[in-house]
Amino acid sequence: MPFQPVILATDALIYLLVLVIVGFVAYARRQPHLLAPWQQVARSRVAMGAWVVIVLYLFIGLSDTLHFRLADGQDATGQTRYATQVVSLLDVMADSLRERREKTYSAPFATHLYSRETIDLPDGGQQRTYPPLRYGGQHLADPADRTWDIIWRGLVGAASGLAVFMLLLLLRYRRRAALGELWCAPERAASRTAWAVLAGLCLLVGAVISLSMVYHVLGTDKVGEDVLYQALKSVRTGLVIGTLTTLVMLPAALLLGAMAGYFRGWVDDIIQYLYTTLSSVPGVLLIAAAILMMQVYMSNHPAEFTSLTERSDFRLLFLCLILGLTSWTSLCRLLRGEALKLRQMDYVQAAQTLGVGHFTILWRHIVPNVMHIVLIVIVLDFSGLVLAEAVLSYINIGVDPNTYSWGNMINSARLELAREPVVWWSLTAAFGFMFVLVLAANLLADAVRDAFDPR
Amino acid sequence: MTAYLIRRILYALPIVLGVNLFTFALFFVVNTPEDMARMHLGQKRVTEAAVQAWKMERGYDQPLFWNATAEGWQALTETLFFTKSLSLFTFDFGQSDSGRDIGYDISQRMWPSLALAIPILLVGLLVNITFALLLALFRGTALDTWGVVLCVGLLSVSGLFYIIGGQVLIGKLLKLAPISGYDVGVDAWKFLILPVVVGVLGAIGSGTRWYRSLFLEEIGKDFVRTARAKGLSEIAILFRHVLRNALIPILTGVVVILPGLFMGSLLLESFFGIPGLGSYTIDAIQRQDFAIVRAMVFLGTVLYILGLILTDLSYTVADPRVRLN
Repeated sequence: MPFQPVILATDALIYLLVLVIVGFVAYARRQPHLLAPWQQVARSRVAMGAWVVIVLYLFIGLSDTLHFRLADGQDATGQTRYATQVVSLLDVMADSLRERREKTYSAPFATHLYSRETIDLPDGGQQRTYPPLRYGGQHLADPADRTWDIIWRGLVGAASGLAVFMLLLLLRYRRRAALGELWCAPERAASRTAWAVLAGLCLLVGAVISLSMVYHVLGTDKVGEDVLYQALKSVRTGLVIGTLTTLVMLPAALLLGAMAGYFRGWVDDIIQYLYTTLSSVPGVLLIAAAILMMQVYMSNHPAEFTSLTERSDFRLLFLCLILGLTSWTSLCRLLRGEALKLRQMDYVQAAQTLGVGHFTILWRHIVPNVMHIVLIVIVLDFSGLVLAEAVLSYINIGVDPNTYSWGNMINSARLELAREPVVWWSLTAAFGFMFVLVLAANLLADAVRDAFDPR
Repeated sequence: MTAYLIRRILYALPIVLGVNLFTFALFFVVNTPEDMARMHLGQKRVTEAAVQAWKMERGYDQPLFWNATAEGWQALTETLFFTKSLSLFTFDFGQSDSGRDIGYDISQRMWPSLALAIPILLVGLLVNITFALLLALFRGTALDTWGVVLCVGLLSVSGLFYIIGGQVLIGKLLKLAPISGYDVGVDAWKFLILPVVVGVLGAIGSGTRWYRSLFLEEIGKDFVRTARAKGLSEIAILFRHVLRNALIPILTGVVVILPGLFMGSLLLESFFGIPGLGSYTIDAIQRQDFAIVRAMVFLGTVLYILGLILTDLSYTVADPRVRLN
C-alpha cells in the first residue's frame, strides 16, 4: 500500500459524528415532521448562502482529518516502510505550499524577504539588501512584471474556477427548463443565493490556487512557513473545537437534564447541585486550572505520548472535554426545564398509567421531544467556541503550541506588531478566516433557531 | 427579607463547599504536590531532598485529609485540605508560590480592575441601549435590517481583533492614546481611554442585539397597543412604556455581573498592561502559580454566587409584583 492510515482520537470522534449525521439524514428523509423545519431553513436565502461557505470549511476540515503515513521505500525484507511523519489529505493537496519554505518573513506576493540581510557579493564585497525569496515570484524574469503577472494568473485561475462552477451547475441541472426556473422563479430565491455564493467561492478559490503555485498569497511567517497553509490547517482545529466540545458532553447533559426534570425529587436535587456547583466556577479559571493540571500530568508521564502529533491531538481533545465541562451546565438546565414541562403531557401520563418503564418513557417520549433544544444549543454555541479557542490560545491554555490554530497564529504574530513596517499578514489571515466562519455560523444559527424554536 | 437573605446564603454554602472540594481535588489529588514540585524544579536531575524542601517551604508537606501523626483535632486541622482549601473561607489566601501575600496583592490590584470595568459597563450600557432603542424605533425598516446585520457582523469578529486593531489604529498610527501602561491615582485616565473604547466596541454587537430583542418583546405587548391607541407618540411610548418595562431584565442582567467586575477583564488588562486582577490571574496561569489560581477560582465563585443573590434581591426592588418567600 502506498500509505498507512492513522486514526487519531479526534479523528475517530469526527468519523463518528459524520456517521451519525449521515444516519440521521437518511432517517429524516422519510419523516415529514423531521424534515419540515429543515425545509424552512432551506428557504432562507441568508442561511443557504452561509451554508455554502460552511461546506467549504467542512471540506477543508474533513480532508485534514484523513490522516496517514506515506510509504517511504522498502526495508531489507521487502516490507514497505512508512514515514514517521503523519500527514493528511490536505497536506498532500497543498504539498507545494507546505514544501516551499522561505527563510523568514515575507509580505504577500513578495519576491524579496521582508528584512534586510548582509549578502556576500561575487566580487568579494558585502551589501545590505533584501535578499530574493527561494520560491515566491522566482519564475519572473523581471520583477517589474509582477503586477501584470499577478493579474494574469489571477484571471486565469478565476476563469478555471468559473469553468468548474459551470460544470457543477450543469451536472445539477441538466435540462434548460430547470436552469431557467432557477434563474427567475421567486420560490427558488434561496437556491439562487446559494449558487451565487458558490460562484463567488469558485472564482476566489481558483484564483488563489493559481496564484499560490508561484507566490506566497498571504506571505510567510517568522520561520518562513506559508501563512495560507497555516490558515488552512487551522480550519480543522476550529471546527473540532466548535463541534466536538458540545458533543462530548452531550450524552451527560441529555441524560442528567432529562432525568432531573422527569424524576424530580432527590434525583433533581443532586443533579441541580452538581450543575450549579460547576457553573459557579468562572469558566476561564476552570479551564486554566484543568489545563495546568494536564500539563503537569503530561510532563510527568512523557512515556504515554509517543509522538508529537499524538500529544497535541490529546491536548486538543482534552481542551474540548474541559470546554464542554464548562458549557454543558446551561444545556442541562434548559433540558431539565423542558422535561419538567413534558412530564405533565398526556402521552407521558398515559404511558405511565400503562406501566411503561421510566427509562423507556425517557428514551421514547422525553428525549426525542427535547432534541430541538439540543440542536439549537449546538448551533448557537459553535461560533462562540471558535472565538474562545483564539482567546484561550492567547493565554497559553488553549491548544498545543505545535497545533495549527488561528489562536496560535494570532499569538505568535501579535508581538511583531511593534516592528516597522508592521507585519500584518499573519494576523489578517487568521482574523479573516475566523471571521468568515463565525459569521456564516452565526447567520445559519439564527435561521436554525427561527425554524426550530417554537416560541 | 432578612430571613430570605439568610436562607439564600445558607443555600450557597454547600455550593461554595462543593467548588472548594472540586478545586482541591483538581489541584492536590489529580496531581500530587510531589508532581508540582518536580514540575517547578525541572523534571530530571532533581533530588528527593530538593523536592521535600520545596514542599516544606510552601507548606505542601502535610497529608491530604487526615493527619495520622497528630493528636485530636489536629489530625483534621494539620492537613492540606484544612490549611490550603478551607482557609479560603476566611478569605485567608495564603502565600503565592513566589512568596507574596495573595490577599494583599488582591486588595491592591482590585482598584485598577474596577477603574477599567466600571466605565466599560456604564458607557457600554448607554451606547447599547441607545442603539437598540434606535433600531426598535425603526423596526421593520431597512435601517433595522442593516443594523441587525451590522450587529451580527460585529459580534462575529474576535475580541482579540478589537484589541489589536485598537492598539494599532488609535495607539500606533493616530497616536491619540498611549498603547499600554498605567499610572497611579487620577493620572491613570489617559491609559484607560483606549481599553474602555475597545471594551465598549467589542460588546456593541451582542449587546445591541440583546437589548433590541428585549424592547421588541415589550413592544408586542397589549399595554403598548393601548398606549398607541390613546394617541401617544411613538417616542413617548418607547421611553415611557417600553424602556421602563424593559428596565427590569436590563437591571437584573447588570446586577448579576456587578460583583464579577472585581475580577477584571483577562484580555484587556493583559494587553493594555493594567495591573488589575485580570492580568494577575493571567500572570499566575503563565507562571503556573497554583496558589494564586486556586485563590482566584474561589474568589470568582463567591462573587458569582453573590451576584445571583443580589439579582434576586434586585427583582423585589425593581418589580413590585415579585415577593420573596
